[in-house]
Amino acid sequence: METITTTNFKSEEYFINMGPQHPATHGVLRLLLTIDGEIIKKVEPDLGYIHRSIEKMCERDSYQQIVHLTDRMDYLSSHINNEAVCLTVEKALELEVPERVKVIRTILGELTRIASHCLWWGVMGMDVGALTTYFYGFRDREMINDIFEETCGARLTMNYNVPGGLMFDIHPNFVNRTKEFIKHFKTKIPEYDRLLTGNVIFEKRTKGVGVLTKEDAISFGASGPVARASGYSCDVRKHHPYSAYNQVNFNEALATEGDTFARYQVRIQELWESISIIEQLIDNIPEGDHKVATNAVIKLPKGEYYQKVETARGELGVFVVSTGTKNPYRMKFRSPGFSNLSLLNHISVGGKIGDLVATMATLDLVIPDIDR
Amino acid sequence: MTNEALQQLLTSWNPNLEFTDENNAYLNVTVNAEDLHQFMLQLKENTETSFDYLFCLTGMDWGKELGVIYHLESTTHRHTLVVRVKTSDRENPNFDTVSNIWYTADFHEREAYDFFGIKFNNHPNMKRLFLTEEWEGFPMRKDYVDDVNMVIK
Amino acid sequence: MNISLNITKTIQELLQGFMGEDSAYYGAMITVALIYLAIFAVAGLYLVLLERKVAAWFQLRLGPNRVGFWGLFQTMADALKLVSKELTGTVKADKFLYNLAPYFVIVSSLMALAVFPFTQGFQAFDINIGIFFLIAISSIGVIGILLGGWSSNNKFALIGAMRSGVQTISYELSVGLSLITMVLLTGTLQLSEIIEVQKNGWLIVQGHIPAIIAFCIYMIAGTAETNRAPFDMVEAESELGAGFHTEYSGMKFAYFFLAEFINMFIIAAIGTTIFFGGWLSPFGVTESLPWLGVFWFLAKTLILVFLMMWFRWTFPRLRVDQLLTLEWKYLLPLNLLNIVLMAIMVWLGLTIQF
Repeated sequence: METITTTNFKSEEYFINMGPQHPATHGVLRLLLTIDGEIIKKVEPDLGYIHRSIEKMCERDSYQQIVHLTDRMDYLSSHINNEAVCLTVEKALELEVPERVKVIRTILGELTRIASHCLWWGVMGMDVGALTTYFYGFRDREMINDIFEETCGARLTMNYNVPGGLMFDIHPNFVNRTKEFIKHFKTKIPEYDRLLTGNVIFEKRTKGVGVLTKEDAISFGASGPVARASGYSCDVRKHHPYSAYNQVNFNEALATEGDTFARYQVRIQELWESISIIEQLIDNIPEGDHKVATNAVIKLPKGEYYQKVETARGELGVFVVSTGTKNPYRMKFRSPGFSNLSLLNHISVGGKIGDLVATMATLDLVIPDIDR
Repeated sequence: MTNEALQQLLTSWNPNLEFTDENNAYLNVTVNAEDLHQFMLQLKENTETSFDYLFCLTGMDWGKELGVIYHLESTTHRHTLVVRVKTSDRENPNFDTVSNIWYTADFHEREAYDFFGIKFNNHPNMKRLFLTEEWEGFPMRKDYVDDVNMVIK
Repeated sequence: MNISLNITKTIQELLQGFMGEDSAYYGAMITVALIYLAIFAVAGLYLVLLERKVAAWFQLRLGPNRVGFWGLFQTMADALKLVSKELTGTVKADKFLYNLAPYFVIVSSLMALAVFPFTQGFQAFDINIGIFFLIAISSIGVIGILLGGWSSNNKFALIGAMRSGVQTISYELSVGLSLITMVLLTGTLQLSEIIEVQKNGWLIVQGHIPAIIAFCIYMIAGTAETNRAPFDMVEAESELGAGFHTEYSGMKFAYFFLAEFINMFIIAAIGTTIFFGGWLSPFGVTESLPWLGVFWFLAKTLILVFLMMWFRWTFPRLRVDQLLTLEWKYLLPLNLLNIVLMAIMVWLGLTIQF
């Protein structure tokens, strides 16, 4: 059996294993905690329980097949993952996709972000103790899943993007259902605020807990809402826009305190921003083809290509090294959760176990994304 | 800073750098293994470059050589740089760690060790990350053979 | 009705017909105990079903509705399942204490049920230190929890048990002091006398402001006593697995589980008796039908039970140190001030009497 090699294990310190099966770790993550009473001395994550060697598999698969592997990585932003790979391939081939495709990809990406944040909110409440929020979050997520099922055919792993565009055109009901959903959801976010955000117990559990300074956020490579809550403006949609993001107006949700409550508020603010983006685009989807023809066997020219996108968790990077053959020579996925997890030790030491659970809930980790 | 200006500045620090064109929009520079740590530290601390965000650290196996590719970005100037370092020693490849410059390199270098066998000097915790302690071999290398777990088409 | 509602006396007289006086006395006590055990074991089961239905209502779902009409046999089925489960145990657990722990908890809960007046004369055990007895008995339950956590030889269980121990002994103070506040109005600790006093108006009305403060403190402290949310750090499922009863399965787990619900019922019942008039009907509408008192008692108790369930499914949970801060820095001083306020009110005769 594996020997546990913790470096400072004194005899009066207590050593606890959280996971891999544990209700609070959002997947198969094992945390080795060294605690002194209720105070945490050290947190060491142990990864690899869901490592499926996706990067090695990419070296023998064609680019269309790789798209299907990526939505199992961060399954809550599966559409955006697929989009990342398709954008990389299109950038390398210097392919220009129709405007219609860009707008639809943006709308679906924002819907995915809303769905992911709904689930995050539900689970956040559950981790802190308010067990009912899970159902309210899922009620809204179900509506989005139904929209996706009608258009893409799947509720979780969408697989709707192909290099060159979309696999088939959107369903005729898509626009109406999305508009109805937006109208319904705008009345629900204030409900979320009433239930959790303004609650005294919730604020006491989250304010001042797990503070991350801006310098630490940058040094640890944090991205997404985790980094934005510490004041680091890093939204890929603003700084390196892709698809139709340069056609819409939206604000980047920023906060300065860097504690758990700030991360919570940044995500709630992002929900409002996503709704605003969809509203700007949904009525004016340009007409046109839903894809551009590519070769059946895609070969990228020799070179290295990097594409960044903003998933619900942060910045996902796709790095392809190609030697001109039909498989990539090396494919690396820079996952947001990997860097976000590395700062867990830094911000939890000195806090209590209850704080660790609240902090992990706001880091919003999806373990298959980390383990790939 | 534009790529040309950056190239000039970096050459003035270290004339042994090699600049390659990899068909992408970034400046790609290759540095020797001995100069790595010094070069990286200068990249972070110099105010004209101030590359304080390491967003991707990739282990690579180029067939004969092993190496690491670093993608750096500056949060203030918003320019990007790609740094590469190689070694032809396949038995015992090692480089200096950059985890004392950017904390994020801690986990990334453990992943590079886990999959390629590249050791990093002065790393605080040089252990495998994803695979178990008893695993033999380094799976992402091109000459890795595993009849049980790998499916080759 | 010919049968008097004083059941102990009735049974004793029945038995005296064919036994000596002493054995009839003991026989009556044993019979009443068995009857209560049977009724409250089943009632505990139905409280669990009520909780599940209420939770489902808050969570936009239906709750159990397959096993029997409206799910009425669901907890019966659960109880059968628990009885037939294998009783696991850890190798290094202290066998004697491990087996003893659930009994402390369930016995203390059931003992407290003996003193409640369900209606005029329908009381198994009417002693003159009623409230004192109740507070004392609820303190015994803590031993069971601490023993259970310690003897399981499991780090998570130990942490859970320690948290629970410290929480329970802290909040007992608040429960006791808020009840003392009301005793100042009644002048007696005996439960049936307390209800007699309330024929002039329920105590929460008689002692208006301090009584309302005392009631709020009592509900908060009572919820904390039973380790329910928002004070359920002890068994926080998202953190420690299952807290102190992680290593228990089958019937022993059922004892812990049942004891929690019966404790909830007891806290609500004490609240009803002291604050809301016990089995008295509002404005005395059904005073001529004393057996209807059972219905009023149960209705009031169930409303308080519903309130406690509402708390559980709405609020997040407090961290352990926040919980203790709440008690020692806020509730305790507030309680002491409240007692002084009530004493001044009674002395000056400012209570509302009907």
